[in-house]
Amino acid sequence: MLVNEAWLKEFVNYTLSTEQLCEKLTMAGLEVDSVTPAAAQFTGVVIGQVLTTAQHPNADKLKVCTVSIGAEDALDIVCGASNVRPGLRIPVATVGAVLPGDFKIKPSKLRGEPSNGMLCSEQELGLADEAEGLMELPDDAPLGVNIREYLQLDDTIIEVDLTPNRADCLSIEGIAREIACFSEQPFTVKQPAEVAVTLDIKQNVVVEAIEDCPRYIGRVIKGLDRSATTPIWMQEKLRRCGQRSLGPLVDVSNYVLLELGQPLHCFDLDKIQGDIIVRRAAKNEALTLLNDQTIELDDDILVIADQQKPLAFAGVMGGQSSAVSDETRDIFIECAFFTPITIAGKSRRYGLHTDASHRFERGVDPELCYRALDRTVALLTSIAGGQVGPLTDVSSNVPEQPVINVRLDRVKRVLGLDLDHKVVESYLLSLGMRVEKTERHWCVTPPTYRFDIAIEADLIEEIARLYGYDKLPQNSLVMSAALSSAKENVQPIDRIKDLLVDLGYQEAITYSFTDESALKALTPKEDVYRLKNPISSDLSVMRTTLWAGLLKAMDANLKRNEETVRFFETGLKFTLVDGQLQQQQTLSMLVTGRATPEQWGEASRMVDFYDLKHDVEAILALNGLLDAYQFEAAEHDALHPGQTAKLVNKDGDCVGYMGLIHPGLENQFDIKKPVYLVELNQSMIEEKHSPEFEAISKYPSVRRDLALIVEEKLHVNKIVDYIYQQQGIVQEVVVFDIYQGKGIENGRKSVALGLILQDNSKTLVEQDVEGFINDLLSNLKNTFNAQLRE
Amino acid sequence: MENSLESIVEQAEVELKAADSLTLVEEIRVAYLGKKGVFTRQMKTLGSLSAEERPKVGATINHAKQQFQSSLELRKTQLENALLAKRLQEETIDVTLPGRGQAVGGVHPVTRTMRRIEQIFSRIGFDIAMGPEVEDDFHNFEALNIPAHHPARAMHDTFYFDEHTVLRTHTSPVQIRVMEQQQPPFKVIAPGRVYRCDSDLTHTPMFHQVEGFVVDKNINFADLKGVISEFLKAFFEKDVSVRFRPSYFPFTEPSAEVDIACVMCAGQGCRVCGHTGWLEVLGCGMIHPEVFRHVNVDAEQYTGFAFGMGVERLTMLRYKINDLRLFFENDLKFLRQFN
Repeated sequence: MLVNEAWLKEFVNYTLSTEQLCEKLTMAGLEVDSVTPAAAQFTGVVIGQVLTTAQHPNADKLKVCTVSIGAEDALDIVCGASNVRPGLRIPVATVGAVLPGDFKIKPSKLRGEPSNGMLCSEQELGLADEAEGLMELPDDAPLGVNIREYLQLDDTIIEVDLTPNRADCLSIEGIAREIACFSEQPFTVKQPAEVAVTLDIKQNVVVEAIEDCPRYIGRVIKGLDRSATTPIWMQEKLRRCGQRSLGPLVDVSNYVLLELGQPLHCFDLDKIQGDIIVRRAAKNEALTLLNDQTIELDDDILVIADQQKPLAFAGVMGGQSSAVSDETRDIFIECAFFTPITIAGKSRRYGLHTDASHRFERGVDPELCYRALDRTVALLTSIAGGQVGPLTDVSSNVPEQPVINVRLDRVKRVLGLDLDHKVVESYLLSLGMRVEKTERHWCVTPPTYRFDIAIEADLIEEIARLYGYDKLPQNSLVMSAALSSAKENVQPIDRIKDLLVDLGYQEAITYSFTDESALKALTPKEDVYRLKNPISSDLSVMRTTLWAGLLKAMDANLKRNEETVRFFETGLKFTLVDGQLQQQQTLSMLVTGRATPEQWGEASRMVDFYDLKHDVEAILALNGLLDAYQFEAAEHDALHPGQTAKLVNKDGDCVGYMGLIHPGLENQFDIKKPVYLVELNQSMIEEKHSPEFEAISKYPSVRRDLALIVEEKLHVNKIVDYIYQQQGIVQEVVVFDIYQGKGIENGRKSVALGLILQDNSKTLVEQDVEGFINDLLSNLKNTFNAQLRE
Repeated sequence: MENSLESIVEQAEVELKAADSLTLVEEIRVAYLGKKGVFTRQMKTLGSLSAEERPKVGATINHAKQQFQSSLELRKTQLENALLAKRLQEETIDVTLPGRGQAVGGVHPVTRTMRRIEQIFSRIGFDIAMGPEVEDDFHNFEALNIPAHHPARAMHDTFYFDEHTVLRTHTSPVQIRVMEQQQPPFKVIAPGRVYRCDSDLTHTPMFHQVEGFVVDKNINFADLKGVISEFLKAFFEKDVSVRFRPSYFPFTEPSAEVDIACVMCAGQGCRVCGHTGWLEVLGCGMIHPEVFRHVNVDAEQYTGFAFGMGVERLTMLRYKINDLRLFFENDLKFLRQFN
């Protein structure tokens, strides 16, 4: 909302400086967004009149003019504007004037003709971004008077960012009322002159939808002078509120809208067929709006219709068929109160947002109609004449303001502030509330322009606002200090993140919505959950895997010449299970490039499956649960079938997958070197081991190394697990070599194991170890066809 | 005799001087002090001397022997020192070369800020709660006193899945979920991702918020002012000026917007604060009775406050980041700056 101080001062004569005013407005909840001068800085521009014009002898487009600026001799000025003509009054920048942009006016010669000054356009005076010709001033503009004084240009435009509750401040009057309240100055309500009825024509109005439109008033005006122009003072005020002048009819209704906050609509009287009917639209009824858009109405839309068709989208926009034009001389002015709920959301549904709908959906004072209509009629007839008809007034069940109880002790309880009851009362009264004091509380009736005051809390806010939020007391919070138990069996995700950071990972945060084609490639079996109104097609479906985002982030970094990318991300993934949406907290990792940073003393190696597996194992080990999980060879649509592991917990539930990206996806994701991926169910890896002490053996351990020759395809963990299951003296099994090649028959491999053996009750002697190893070897032979490599 | 001993010692010193290894020194030691060594042989001659002469000659021999021994030790030490010096020389490395092993990564700056926020509030006993990101209309709007078609809905550019399902536009629905499931008192913060259908220089369609709320029998606006002011001072690690001004949120009444003195220009006015000297950092207020009604908390018995802050905004102010979009581009050159 743009307001200017000159206009505000017509309502309230405050003495604050602009800076103080803005501070006060902001601190009253009417946040000031910007402050700009009403006109750029310039000097030396006075009102002049063109006396004569003659063609410039040396330039087709220039005219040599004589210009009067009052008492002095007429000035010779060369001008190129197309609208320059004798008799026209215009702003004249005299010799010595300085125009915006530090442009100094000096006596000069233009193509040989002397020119002592410049005739100005609105653009040249910094009043408009562009202009087509000279600024035309009214014929009664006083010659020689400084244009800044004449147009009151030493004014300030203030942009106020209003919250949706403060509909009452969507006008100059509303903001002035607020200023009056906190500057403790009287507020002047402008009472327009009573309308003199000179015409006996009344437009009949039938309100069928009385719930939606409790008040509908209007008047007919006939015989408007369509050659009339909007007075310059009104154009100037409109300009300062960001409105262009579009002729008296539109300008006057805009003016009243800005001044009082009441939207009005003018119909061309000749285009109304019979009665005006305020009703709900029939389903799919069509209406062509003023902006040429034709919409199909829903049956919850309120329309202003005549006896044949809808004429206007009530409270939002007029229709084309009944619109006023340059030829219109007879009009019907509508001034109505539509309930907020009727208008709310409707304009958005059709992609429309108008000054009228903005106000109606937030609430326009139902009592304002009469004053606003009178003001409109007075302004319009003073500009364009015409005969005014009697008032049409259809009012029924105009909503009454609620009566709200306010308790002093509640004010204290909510604000932590002990206020005197007289102070509270004075605040309420200054806001235009009707206040009745009872023994225990006040009964408060808010003014009809306040739609945001419904309960006690709303009034407490008003009291706090007037007291000043900055002056309200401040406490250190004191609350009961009940302690919840320190959960030990859950690993905080932050600790897991820190581990990954220590392992060289960088945390990424990628969008939760992504490109459908990426998800179709990575998780072809998952149904996607689709946004109805995505921001773009590549951010249109919820991710079924975090890999989509990480691959994209990796790609961007590789394109920026990064060699190695190690990313992790945590967040929700969204899958549909039996049509039900699941939002699963997920930890994903992506690694490509070197296993460790390039180093002078170490041969460089590319990362492989086992590097990544180490990092996953590190998480499990961090939780003290490395042994509780199994990695099983598995398949996943996004991963290489020969390099995919599924992580399974002790209950046999799948925790997630890891592996090398499937070579079939390399083209789609523009992958040029191996990329390893992990995705784990986060809540399943947050489980943490709760330790319990076990006695430590006092007896020494011994190590025996075995090299076993087994089937190439046999998974080594089968042998290791088998050995662990041999109760008794095995403390640890280390896989220290895998060998295939010379000396080993084709299709078989050598697995070198280190066995750490220890007994809890005695020192192992050679015979014990010998016996155990012999039994073990024979069992391994039977179970896995494993031979000892001699 | 004495001359002879003198010349022996002289001879031995010449030999020791020439010996350039510990092995040679040892050979010399054996040659002089061994069973068949020069001094051993000398001592044997004492037997043939008279009882008067014996101690005198003996003392002379011993003196010569001691002279030899100290020369020997000296030479040994010299050689050992030389050897050690040589070894140290050989074992010297370039300590300026880089070390070996894995690099260390880092968490995202948004996580860094969220952790600091969580840390500050945890110290005064706030619990941390999480909630779903795909939300229903009730939790995201209705229960927060934003009925359908409320103009405040226009403030939230909402992503929809269907008429009743949205991507949460704020973390406030977690407030509803916690109050539905537990009984007061509450002292909770809820960090997480939120979504608005808006994308330009200063908006990303996804960002992060931390919601916080406190409910008990005697919580008032002064408590709210205290918690927020103290939080902002703790977060920015300085005694930053804090300003509360009236604002509007459907789910709080009274509501306030909180500004801090611009951290870029110390309140003097700059581009970042729009030349006002103030930066808007969070919204807050006393929980609206209608919100309590939706979650069956008695608004006469209990009062509470709630607040919500944008994590990216605080991160940008804290680390002087000038472009919001950097957060989700995941450029390693950006991310590593926060390691």
